[in-house]
Amino acid sequence: MTECTSRRGILKAAAALPAMGGLPWRSARAQAANTVKIALLCDFGGTYRDVTGPTELACIRQAAAEFSNRGFNVEVLYGDNQNKPDVGSNLARQWIDRDGVDVVVDGGASSVALAVNDVVREKNKVFLNTSSATSDLTGSKCSPNTVHWTYDTWMLAKSTGGATVKAGGDTWYFVTADYAFGHALERDTTTFVRNAGGKVLGSVRTPFPGTTDFSSFILQAQASKAKVIGLANAGSDTVNCIKQAAEFGLTKRGIKLASLLMFLPDVHAIGLQTAQGLICTETFYWDLNDRTRAFTKKMRPNISVPLCMNHAGGYAAVLHYLKAAADMGVAQARANGVETVNRMKAMPCDDDCFGPGQIRQDGRKLHPAYLFEVKKPEESRGEWDYYKLLQTTPSEEAFRPLGDGGCSFVKA
Amino acid sequence: MDDIFGIPAPLLFGQLLLGLINGAFYAMLSLGLAVIFGLLNIVNMAHGAQFMMGAFCAWMLLAWAGIGYWWALILSPIIIGFTGIVLEKLFISKLYKLDHLYGLLLTFGLALIIEGVFRNEFGSSGLPYRIPPELSGAWDLGFMFMPIYRGWVVVAALILCLATWLIIEKTRLGAYLRAATENAALVQAFGVNVPRMVTLTYGFGVALAAIGGVLAAPIYSVNPQMGSNLIIVVFAVVVIGGMGSILGSILTGFALGIVEGLTKVFWPEASATVIFVIMAIVLLARPAGLFGRA
Repeated sequence: MTECTSRRGILKAAAALPAMGGLPWRSARAQAANTVKIALLCDFGGTYRDVTGPTELACIRQAAAEFSNRGFNVEVLYGDNQNKPDVGSNLARQWIDRDGVDVVVDGGASSVALAVNDVVREKNKVFLNTSSATSDLTGSKCSPNTVHWTYDTWMLAKSTGGATVKAGGDTWYFVTADYAFGHALERDTTTFVRNAGGKVLGSVRTPFPGTTDFSSFILQAQASKAKVIGLANAGSDTVNCIKQAAEFGLTKRGIKLASLLMFLPDVHAIGLQTAQGLICTETFYWDLNDRTRAFTKKMRPNISVPLCMNHAGGYAAVLHYLKAAADMGVAQARANGVETVNRMKAMPCDDDCFGPGQIRQDGRKLHPAYLFEVKKPEESRGEWDYYKLLQTTPSEEAFRPLGDGGCSFVKA
Repeated sequence: MDDIFGIPAPLLFGQLLLGLINGAFYAMLSLGLAVIFGLLNIVNMAHGAQFMMGAFCAWMLLAWAGIGYWWALILSPIIIGFTGIVLEKLFISKLYKLDHLYGLLLTFGLALIIEGVFRNEFGSSGLPYRIPPELSGAWDLGFMFMPIYRGWVVVAALILCLATWLIIEKTRLGAYLRAATENAALVQAFGVNVPRMVTLTYGFGVALAAIGGVLAAPIYSVNPQMGSNLIIVVFAVVVIGGMGSILGSILTGFALGIVEGLTKVFWPEASATVIFVIMAIVLLARPAGLFGRA
């Protein structure tokens, strides 16, 4: 069968040859050299699909469209990482080796992102990480080829964790997704809770992916008598935890839930009735200011789930990359990933989603972090109107100080 | 407070009860699988997708037609059961004479297609479905806070399982069904319309999955992957219980729910794998399963 197909393929190619005789080969090759290839790697079919997936793809295409008349072409590819590090890193390798991809965007789940981080570094391409949480990407696992754009576990721990301890939640118990992301989020939050004088009474590690019933873990958390249950998980895991905690009456007993990583689509899925009063941190909200509203209006026809910071991160990171590529010339940008990332670091950032900002030496993109409270159903005035802004952490305080991360190539 | 193996007794009782509740879902789903496999010889990999469709159907009835939980509990299995009948007529009925593997591949493919369509249409983060007001609230059992709805799930699952077992083992209809699996030609010779009976049996198995979906909708978020997360475990339950054994799948479902619940206390990280470890041991010791006939 294979032989038959390949023989047929050869015959077809042979038949097509005369037709291609007139094709301007040189110009086709020139066009390829003048094309930047961007590939989005994230979850297209699982837990994290709605907070990345097709909506982020639409945002990246938007950024590419805005650069359509700058004298070079932008081609966007995408693939599903299935939340598996081996699948993700193989796809990235294949894209770079076979398809000539220059930039891998997102990466997805932290475990996948750490694997892709190594691949991109080895191949000297560019990795724009826009939805992974682990702060190790700019710490012990930092890479000169990587920009970590949207948020990280340290920032979440400081904003949501810090605010919860300040409000009196000084004893914690963690329900942690059992992989790189959950571990990093638990570790970073624990540091904040302890530094603020609080105590961590314990934690339970839940298998990922594949856990749907969290009631057992929630009861263990309740039995610890902690005032706060820290949810070091994301996506539908967080949704199920919050729903089931409400079902078992934890909130009625005065136990607080700290949803350390929650996105607007999650709130949409839980429903305001159950989610009201929860606090969470994002670096983008569609209704934050005139620029974010304008961006959302522009995107609205192409999306079906509410925009969250990951989607915005995809747009903004690609936009900034394209600015740098246009600035240094496409050929040079494609040739050397480290040099391109260095140019991105040297140029100030500015976009509709995150406003003005900059990329630090270790690859950390700096912008403000916003602490939100989920509105009561009667406070919500329209579609996706779910958040009330509680506090803003300015960009210089929102992320881990440069010296504390332990990034190997940061000069003291 | 007494400790059992270093765990406070109230916590342990709570976990046993929760295990029983999860076991109820395993039992309900594995029952449907056992009925279909026992009578049709089809390994129905689409069972998880049909469970998910049941939940989505309840959500659609509420969101689009204003029809509440109790009606959904009746309508959703009928609607989804009917889609099962259509599938059986169009595809599955063509495979009865072939190896099991073909049925498995076909239904697996169907499951992927169905899940893909729902994911495209509704996204992956899920849709909210509220607990019906009659069943919201909770009982304080002293050792734990027991949501009334979860109690209802256990009762409903037990009733369903018992009723199915009675129908198949104790009624004339059940006798026809069992006879038809042994020797279809002979039963047909007695004037029983075997193909129609088989079609309806598949529809019934699918309807069981759909009821499970409706029962699960208020507890878990209604999302396209809710079935695929559960179906692998449920298959393990069926294998442990013995393929095609109805009583076996019911008892194993509840028992493994409890085992999994206890693992969540003693070694949470292993709770997703414990059932498969048991499956491997059972397959080594008794390849036909605990209740199966070799």
